[in-house]
Amino acid sequence: MSIKAEDVRAMARLARLEIAEPDIPVYADQLSRILDFVAQMNVIDTAGVEPLAHPLDLVARLRPDQVTESDQRENLQAGAPSTADGLYLVPQVIE
Amino acid sequence: MSTDFPRSAAALAAGLASGDYSSVELTRHYLERIARLDGGLNSFVTVCEDSALAQAAEADAARAAGNAGPLTGIPYANKDIFCTRGVRTSCASRMLDKFIAPYDAHVVERLHAAGLVMLGKTNMDEFAMGSSNESSFYGAVRNPWDRERVPGGSSGGSAAAVAAGLAPLATGTDTGGSIRQPAALCGISGLKPTYGRVSRYGMVAFASSLDQGGPMALDARDLALMLNVMAGFDSRDSTSIDRADEDYTRMLDSPLTGLRIGLPREYFGAELDTRIGDLIHRAVAVLKARGAVTREISLPNAALAIPAYYVIAPAECSANLSRYDGVRFGHRCNDPSDLDDLYSRSRGEAFGAEVKRRILVGTYALSSGYYDAYYRKAQQVRRLIKNDFVSAFDEVDVIIGPTTPGVAFHAGQNIEDPVTMYLSDVYTTAANLAGLPAMSLPAGLVDELPVGMHFIGNYFDEARLLGLGHAYQQDTDWHRQTPPGVY
Amino acid sequence: MEWEVVIGLEVHAQLATASKMFSGASTAYGAAPNTQACAVDLGLPGVLPVVNARAVEMAVIFGLAVEAEIAPRSVFARKNYFYPDLPKGYQISQYEDPIVSRGRLTIDIDGTQRDIEITRAHLEEDAGKSIHGVLPGVSGIDLNRAGTPLLEIVSEPVMHSAREAVAYMRELHRLVRYLGICDGNMQEGSFRCDANVSVRPKGSQTLGTRTEIKNLNSFRFVEHAIEHEIERQIDVLEDGGKIHQETRLYDPDKDETRTMRTKEDAHDYRYFPDPDLLPVEVDEAFVARIAARLPELPRAKQARYCIDLGLTTEDASALVQDPQTSQWFETAVSAGPAEPRLLANWISGELFGALNKGGVGIADAPIRPHDLNQLVTRIANGVISGKIAKQVFQAMWNGEGTPDDIIESKGLQQVSDTSLIDSAVAEVIAEFPDQAEQYRDGKEKILAFLVGQVMKRTKGKANPAMVNEAIRKAI
Repeated sequence: MSIKAEDVRAMARLARLEIAEPDIPVYADQLSRILDFVAQMNVIDTAGVEPLAHPLDLVARLRPDQVTESDQRENLQAGAPSTADGLYLVPQVIE
Repeated sequence: MSTDFPRSAAALAAGLASGDYSSVELTRHYLERIARLDGGLNSFVTVCEDSALAQAAEADAARAAGNAGPLTGIPYANKDIFCTRGVRTSCASRMLDKFIAPYDAHVVERLHAAGLVMLGKTNMDEFAMGSSNESSFYGAVRNPWDRERVPGGSSGGSAAAVAAGLAPLATGTDTGGSIRQPAALCGISGLKPTYGRVSRYGMVAFASSLDQGGPMALDARDLALMLNVMAGFDSRDSTSIDRADEDYTRMLDSPLTGLRIGLPREYFGAELDTRIGDLIHRAVAVLKARGAVTREISLPNAALAIPAYYVIAPAECSANLSRYDGVRFGHRCNDPSDLDDLYSRSRGEAFGAEVKRRILVGTYALSSGYYDAYYRKAQQVRRLIKNDFVSAFDEVDVIIGPTTPGVAFHAGQNIEDPVTMYLSDVYTTAANLAGLPAMSLPAGLVDELPVGMHFIGNYFDEARLLGLGHAYQQDTDWHRQTPPGVY
Repeated sequence: MEWEVVIGLEVHAQLATASKMFSGASTAYGAAPNTQACAVDLGLPGVLPVVNARAVEMAVIFGLAVEAEIAPRSVFARKNYFYPDLPKGYQISQYEDPIVSRGRLTIDIDGTQRDIEITRAHLEEDAGKSIHGVLPGVSGIDLNRAGTPLLEIVSEPVMHSAREAVAYMRELHRLVRYLGICDGNMQEGSFRCDANVSVRPKGSQTLGTRTEIKNLNSFRFVEHAIEHEIERQIDVLEDGGKIHQETRLYDPDKDETRTMRTKEDAHDYRYFPDPDLLPVEVDEAFVARIAARLPELPRAKQARYCIDLGLTTEDASALVQDPQTSQWFETAVSAGPAEPRLLANWISGELFGALNKGGVGIADAPIRPHDLNQLVTRIANGVISGKIAKQVFQAMWNGEGTPDDIIESKGLQQVSDTSLIDSAVAEVIAEFPDQAEQYRDGKEKILAFLVGQVMKRTKGKANPAMVNEAIRKAI
């Protein structure tokens, strides 16, 4: 399984992760080795096996429809990088 | 005033109850040890001197008013992955270096309500990803047994702190072995409970279907006492099990007669250091002397646990870490030119290499065209692994093996090669995939370095595991060994 | 070249729960920014989602109302993408296992009935809002809306004109309001529509490339946007060009759609089951309980009004346009002996007229259903004439009291005393001998004048039918 530089760039783009150009080949190599390693799973035939998403076979517990949270803006925004008038500020969103 | 304090939490609790010393004195004792010894270990990220002493004073007052519980006034170290209101919660990452949690994790609320005293936040692998505690933004943690070696990870700070006597108890989290492996490499006891026992609310998520918080301590009795406080239903966590509360100490003195121990042949293979294998067999003999019976079993898909884990965990973490974007909290890059720049540069600057690797692997495993081959396949393998255990527990009550294939390795040895690093979890990850409770106890020394013995129990069978561990620790004293130079 | 249009609609209906889909924060509209965004909504480190039971219930209610299959087990999945109004960097939605699938909605189009298939409806959480230009080059993010429950309703691509699409949207809009699961307030964003539009040569079996038009929040916009897009696509294809699969935004000021500035690459959402949540199970008993409590649906209601209550299709249809109106009507019907048919006339005539003029909704009408019933009863009993009744109605609207109060205080009782009428008729015939002569000679139309004069003499209170009769007899 060989991961190329362009694969790393594509994944980094999807994950919004800036990776310095010199590091890209290093990641490509490491990712290739990891994916080769996990490919060991292919030795076993899993046709018809139901995927296990949760270790215990349980179902959702539902919550009653009640308002239990009050305004905590001050506390929750205390560490925000940039706010104004209670809004979180970001570079302009262009549609 | 650092005279003869006992070391286990149970003994300390007895001392507090007898009035031999106060919680404030006890807390000062540990704070002083931290100040003196942690420079060489780097096990703490944040020490909370003022609030610890205030909590200790509260505990002493509660005791005076007749309101003391089993662990009231006992100091503990808290892995820096648990949100603590008003205190930095960093996950050992630059991303959260300045993050002051605005709320307490459920586990923290419980520990506080039970009167424990938080000494500080311990170092860890960044965002819980690692097996050596070398990926921390705050620098590596050293193994108290040999400062050139790793303590294990990701709960390396907690393990080192307890091993070096900087705290009698610590919290850890375990996703693929992150409580048990460092416990083994540092010669202490650690337990990963059944999935869903301990609430994950406020425990920063790495891999949601695998993560569990649990206790780290010097012996099984202390693990049970701490689990009594940490475990319990929380309505804010949809994966929290709604079961009647239990006393996990209830089987500590239960006899072992007839207890059926399974020894998987797959866990005693070529990758295991034979000296470790010998120690495990000797430990099993101790249990047999008490009436347990053993048989060889097979977990046919054991070898697939790590490959499956290294698809599922990165996949879940790649999504769990998307919220770290520099918008509402955490690190933001300077002068972002546009949104993409804000995201990419903030995340690029603030995440370390291992975290980035896992996000990339996870993104790949979930991406269009690869989902079936990787993620779905891994979930299928996961079911096979679980089925292996379900079959095994038809025949045995407990499964025993080594916790790690080798003793603590040298710092820097595996950091460049992720796959080799991942192999240190070869015995531990299956329990996370299946959601089973599992425990590591000290079982000996090889080259003067600790070796851990691994116990896997059936679902919700923590009390039996702890009883088995306690019995073992009555007949052995590996758990009382201390690293050189800390006392 | 003849073209065929293929349209599918995706509607996002905000469910009318008190709290959010996965947290206990309030969903109330209009709060100050980020005062209704709790730690879970903000996606802070360590927080976890817990499913709102009422939202699940509402999804099942919808599914039953459109005769869909309710999945006994449905799964929440993470839809991964980066946007500032999406705090976790993923939206919790449903992907492979939605809670509702394979339903249908009956619509009326061009005088016939047609069933539009609904592929699926699933639960998900809403995103927050971006406010542009807070400062130059800066947007402000308000996460109050983040986490509000949405039901995404996806139709099969089986509509063939903008009008049909709008008819479907209107029917759906009415249904969710009747079910009480969504307030349908499009200005506030409670009911939003995305349209998928493609064209193909008539008779072709393959679908053309489709474009998606987003966030259309009025029926008029939906119609215009789709029509414009159809024209645009046909123009492009007839010029030999190709349609690119893309998302477009409708600009109501320019009445055109334009490409959204999306990222170059198509989204790879990397859906996977959310590991923080367990599958939702609804058992048959639960579904049966909900089925038993389903309200009467508008189409059934309309049919009942016609068949059981004798209303015209036109009146019945006007009364079921929204639940407040039909509720008002039904209250009026059960309040007294007035004939439903007559009540319906008065509502769709006088009452609607007054509501429109006053710019007021029926829920805020200053007239109570009970009082309308009384008014209509007084007409039927001959206490007042239909014409006088309009006067009374106006007085009721102005808050002057019940019909009986007003009739009493203004002395508006119809005069039905034959001697009084006869004497008035006699006076009028005496005063207008020429017109009386014309009527005798067969000029029917002059009767109206004579009747009018009698009404004038009796201050409008004479029973018009009796006046007619009296004049014919007298002459």
